[in-house]
Amino acid sequence: MTYLADVGALARKDLLLELRARDTLPAMLLFVLSTLVVFHFVLPGDSSELAATGLLWVAILFTALLGLTRAFAAEREQGVIDGLVLAPSDRSAIWLGKALSILVFLGLAELVALPAFALFYGAVDAWLIAGVALANLGIAAVGTLLAAMATASRARELLLPLLFLPLAIPIVVGGVGASVTADPGRYIGFLGLYDALFAIICWASFEYVVTE
Amino acid sequence: MIRARGVEKRYGDKRVLRGIAFDVPRDGFLVVTGPNGSGKTTLLRLCVGLAVPTAGALEVTVPRGRIGFLGHEPLVYRELTAVENLDLYGRLYRVAERRERLGMLLERFGLWDARHERAGSYSRGMLQRLALCRVLLHSPELLILDEPYSGLDDEGTELLDRELEERREAAAFVVATHEPARIERLASARLALA
Repeated sequence: MTYLADVGALARKDLLLELRARDTLPAMLLFVLSTLVVFHFVLPGDSSELAATGLLWVAILFTALLGLTRAFAAEREQGVIDGLVLAPSDRSAIWLGKALSILVFLGLAELVALPAFALFYGAVDAWLIAGVALANLGIAAVGTLLAAMATASRARELLLPLLFLPLAIPIVVGGVGASVTADPGRYIGFLGLYDALFAIICWASFEYVVTE
Repeated sequence: MIRARGVEKRYGDKRVLRGIAFDVPRDGFLVVTGPNGSGKTTLLRLCVGLAVPTAGALEVTVPRGRIGFLGHEPLVYRELTAVENLDLYGRLYRVAERRERLGMLLERFGLWDARHERAGSYSRGMLQRLALCRVLLHSPELLILDEPYSGLDDEGTELLDRELEERREAAAFVVATHEPARIERLASARLALA
């Protein structure tokens, strides 16, 4: 219970910071919307639904990357990560709290992106929504860990995509598969497995990322 | 509480500390002095567990939840108010009756009237006072303070003097400072870094 209370306090803090500073979510919303609009004009009129769905996943992935780049900005700029690391709570609570807040930001961005996608490109079905929801879990889990790793580096803006994009390939494979194939259940299962596996790895290894 | 023997710290090829040895008993008060770049901050970060020695033995017997660390940064979120910052730390440090405790500290350090203002609007001195509230919130057994007087005005300096004196018997201290004369009367040991 104490662990969950710590996670709740840390996630609530991140949401409050965003509510005050508004420097992550508006950028994510603007980015995902403008990407979909640009794609709408880039794609030929007779392009397939497959191509449009692929582009949706590109937009989601890079929107997530934008949010992840800012994930530890407050902790980095103000050195607060030291204060959190020194607290007696389990250090993985920092990861989980941050991952939850990223999950909320992603969810909100997609609340705007999916209706916009439906408006420009066609219907959004339940499999696509399920794929996006599961992909969010994987992105938040892996992205938070990598964002914490990258934040310690001076080349963090360069390092994070280099670390994150290769690990996000299975998410894209699973997400696209769940959105366009005749057997989406297989890909949903794959995404679920990816999420579970990487959530455990990231949860267990976060302590070693934030301590020397 | 702290036992250091032959502690060395390197960052790449650069050796920051070498052959450091000292003890800080339960009622100890170690004053660390030295010029800029001599490794005072590094030594304090080693003591608090934010860094690990490259060589030697450094044993800290106090659990990290019982340590209070004041660094160069106040370690507070600028977008949160003083109350919100201390409430967050109070939760993480499991401070009993944290609302009362943080209120008492804010009042003692003269921040009560500004308690609902964002830390980002605070002056350097107010941030240092808030950082001291954060450090003392959980009544630590071991206080590790890096330039605690930095940024404080006369009133803040007196407040800190009084706080250190009151806690002298109840906690152990490691204090890095450029003004050792100010805390000379409290010191039980000195460590001069070259």
